[in-house]
Amino acid sequence: MPKDEVLCGEFFINGDTACAEGAISAGCRFFAGYPITPATEVAERMSERLPQVGGVFIQMEDEIASMNAVLGASWAGVKAMTSTSGPGFSLMMENIGLGVMLETPCVVANVQRAGPSTGLPTLVAQGDMMQARWGSHGHYEIIALVPDSPQEMFDLTVQAFNLSEKYRVPVLLMADEAVGHMSEKVVIPELNSRDLVTRPRPKVTPDKYVPYDTKKGLVPPMAIAGEGYRFHVTGLTHDDRGYPTMTAQAQDKLVRRLVDKIRLNVKDITRCQEVDTEGAEVIVVSYGITARIARYAVQKARQEGIKAGLLRLITVWPFPDERIKELAAATKAFIVPEINYGQIVREVERCAAGKAKVRLVPHMGGAVPLPDVIIEAIREEAR
Amino acid sequence: MSKMLTVESNPLDCYLRVDRIPHIWCASCGIGPATGCFVRAIDRAGLNPDKVSVVSGIGCSGRVAGYIKLDSFHTTHGRALPFATGLKLANPELSVTVFSGDGDIVAIGGNHLIHSARRNIDLTVICINNFNYGMTGGQMGPTTPLDARSTTSPYGNYEYPFNLPYLVAASGATYVARWTVLHVRELERSIAEALNKRGFSFIEVLSPCPTVYGRMNKMPRGLDEMRAYKERSVIRDGADPKDVELSLNGPIAVGKFVDIERPTLWDCYQQVLDRARNRKKRKE
Repeated sequence: MPKDEVLCGEFFINGDTACAEGAISAGCRFFAGYPITPATEVAERMSERLPQVGGVFIQMEDEIASMNAVLGASWAGVKAMTSTSGPGFSLMMENIGLGVMLETPCVVANVQRAGPSTGLPTLVAQGDMMQARWGSHGHYEIIALVPDSPQEMFDLTVQAFNLSEKYRVPVLLMADEAVGHMSEKVVIPELNSRDLVTRPRPKVTPDKYVPYDTKKGLVPPMAIAGEGYRFHVTGLTHDDRGYPTMTAQAQDKLVRRLVDKIRLNVKDITRCQEVDTEGAEVIVVSYGITARIARYAVQKARQEGIKAGLLRLITVWPFPDERIKELAAATKAFIVPEINYGQIVREVERCAAGKAKVRLVPHMGGAVPLPDVIIEAIREEAR
Repeated sequence: MSKMLTVESNPLDCYLRVDRIPHIWCASCGIGPATGCFVRAIDRAGLNPDKVSVVSGIGCSGRVAGYIKLDSFHTTHGRALPFATGLKLANPELSVTVFSGDGDIVAIGGNHLIHSARRNIDLTVICINNFNYGMTGGQMGPTTPLDARSTTSPYGNYEYPFNLPYLVAASGATYVARWTVLHVRELERSIAEALNKRGFSFIEVLSPCPTVYGRMNKMPRGLDEMRAYKERSVIRDGADPKDVELSLNGPIAVGKFVDIERPTLWDCYQQVLDRARNRKKRKE
């Protein structure tokens, strides 16, 4: 990629803008979207930047169309993304499932606002975390990353593209309004080809190409349209050739692989940031904007002499089961603040499996929680 | 029970996934003949098949993509057009055809149809209209004629149908035609013309569905609907699209109704690319 296409340097920009720049840096050259606050700035920035770098920006008639256009562009061999918020995320669900089924690399940024329904446009929430995991029908695995700053809006957008290309799966960037709209210093590094991943491509001639041949791994090489491979892909359950196959056996083989290609690579995919978790009696598990508030609460608690720590989820799906299990054996309690009425807390409870107490600190959205409520919860659990 | 037939190879087998035959369509269904017209039209249009993609949605006609040996995409219900939009914009060298049914393109995907026509994106749409939802067992839809019976209009359909050529022409399509699967020569020529036409091309193809629509509307035998097309079709090239609406037993206007020139979406986007590059240069 020519250097002049990526704006390298230090910038004071908001999270949404940083997300768009992350996409450009990652090599994204196609964006389809529909206006929705608080994600609109991603689309606005892409409408300005993509034509400058020879990419395509198109505003579609709705989020359903946006998601499909992104899938189509990816099958033409172009890195593609869309951005949205709650109502649009709901509309995209069916075709995120199509992306999973066709094994289509792409990125969906959801800058979360408070729901249900139209809810609180332009006011913060983290209520779509389980929708990210299970929102499309059927059983599947997905990758979702959660940025806590404009810098991570950039970094994790690049990471989202890399993971989507590597594992051929839609990757969700589960931002929130506070992080999307907050302006901070963002450093845009010069990325070279080693920093960027592109999807595995077939090395065989078209006559030998089998679209979902997984003899050499769980992620099959991906042909793109127009290269003579003349492949077929379908949202129906299919065999290795991509042909519809309406049997329980084909379903078992396909779904098992779609799940396993993510599940068996949790170590490669899933990342957390830990602060003072070693020997901690109380560990706050949080993510996104809430994790920044939790970090302050943990510092305060430590000043009071409480052995508190923080585990910040950077990847929320697939969930870091193993790490939470390890910590559960050594800590008294987990505290899970989130801007919803208890979503990720269920995952922590599942992994803690009764070995440590798990306490939810909920906030219904519209504002970020104050550190005081988290500090108070830490104090109570430390007693 | 279906019986496997052994057939000699056909010169057009190179366009078909012969290892997937027999297909799922009922005897006397019109989708097969329309598919035949399409692959012959690729030949006639002189396209490089490696650069031709077919995108389908869901339903009987949505299965076309699966039988054509080209880059082929079987997407979700109603969404073939936006998928094709992404494919085409990301690689304008591809010739992209959306091949699907009336329920798929006009009902659940109706919004995408009018917006694709409005944008004049360079796609060819072959819309099989069999007046009902065949795959789910014959329910009414937005093309079902007034008073026609279906499994969800047992007393007769009480909704007015769309006049598809009028709808897409008003939305901005630059090529609009209608044929029936009886008109194989005309249909093949029309598809070839549409494939080579730059802009949004829409061909409505009336197609028998004897298993449900025909059976429920006094045309139960395989050839009954074909006979009706023969008796009721009137070739009216150049007719005003607003005058070609269909009814349960009325005349069927067929022909090429619209063939005009208008810059395509891609043509217009080239100007955006130029302006963006110039603005960036000025800033530097």
